Amino acid sequence: MTTTTRKTAFIAGIRDGFPFIFLMAPFGMLFGVVAVEAGLKVIEALAFSVIVIAGAAQFTAVALAEDDVPTVVILLTALAVNLRMAMYSVALTPHLGGAGQWTRALMAYLMVDQSFALSSLKFEQETSWGLQQKMGYYFGVILPVAPTWYLATLAGALVGAQIPEALALDFALPLVFLAMVATALRTLAHIAAAAVSIILSLAFAFLPFSLGLLVAALVAMIVGARVEQWQHRRQGAAE
Amino acid sequence: MNNMPSWEIWLIIGGLGVGSFLMRYSFLGVIGERALPDGVMRHLRYTAVAVLPGLVAPAVLWPDATGGEPDPARLIAAAVAVGIGYITRNVLAGVTSGAAALYAGLWLLG
Repeated sequence: MTTTTRKTAFIAGIRDGFPFIFLMAPFGMLFGVVAVEAGLKVIEALAFSVIVIAGAAQFTAVALAEDDVPTVVILLTALAVNLRMAMYSVALTPHLGGAGQWTRALMAYLMVDQSFALSSLKFEQETSWGLQQKMGYYFGVILPVAPTWYLATLAGALVGAQIPEALALDFALPLVFLAMVATALRTLAHIAAAAVSIILSLAFAFLPFSLGLLVAALVAMIVGARVEQWQHRRQGAAE
Repeated sequence: MNNMPSWEIWLIIGGLGVGSFLMRYSFLGVIGERALPDGVMRHLRYTAVAVLPGLVAPAVLWPDATGGEPDPARLIAAAVAVGIGYITRNVLAGVTSGAAALYAGLWLLG
């Protein structure tokens, strides 16, 4: 049995985070391309990825901005997409909450799907790890991920304007979101929420300012939560 | 978006940056050990699957590129992306097979 120091945990994190380069590079480039196609300058596309550092919310904001949706609605909708970050924050607090104030702020900035997924799984396995090892691992995971996201965005924004119309890039965003959602459909509750979201957003598409989407998302969240509760109760009754 | 002034774009970037940071920082930074009520957590679990499908559904059914007419190639591509993503649990596999279906469809049907 070897002892894990902060340094070895950091290196283990880099090793685990490394494969995400192959996911972040094409998605980052795609964001750069989509942003420039929508009319953003290269520096604005890059600023999006550095300041917001959340793929789904960035794609959402750009898609809505392209449709000339009011700024307030863009912000609310894109932040709603990012609400899961609050859940990540809840889940990581027992492990990383003991760090200093500035370190916690830095960890919060770097809290993305990848750093959350790998860290929360690892922290559950490595019960002997203390704060130092957990911090080392967390920062190790993000080291290959975040810079790849920035650089790929820049690369995509620089080549973006040269991509011909025949490539049907208008449909890249729907395909990315649909594939992301499909991989997240783990339970009946997820499927019900996604189905309600689609049906209501189409039914309320006539509403201005993407209000139809807000209505659809709110009702879909409630339906997801209700179905989950109903499934739990049914499971309880069956036992 | 071409008529959106630059300050408005920066307002969106800044607002999203601050808002996203506050959500990430919320518990880790401020609230600490206290847990959210179960009812709130239960709803938060479904935010992504509640927002993203609704966001793209109109673009799938009524694409701008065809002037809002339903397009078989795009509908098939969307179904393939969902199906392969669901089966493989791999986002890139879903996107690339959806893109392959889109190009095949545009070439065959277009």
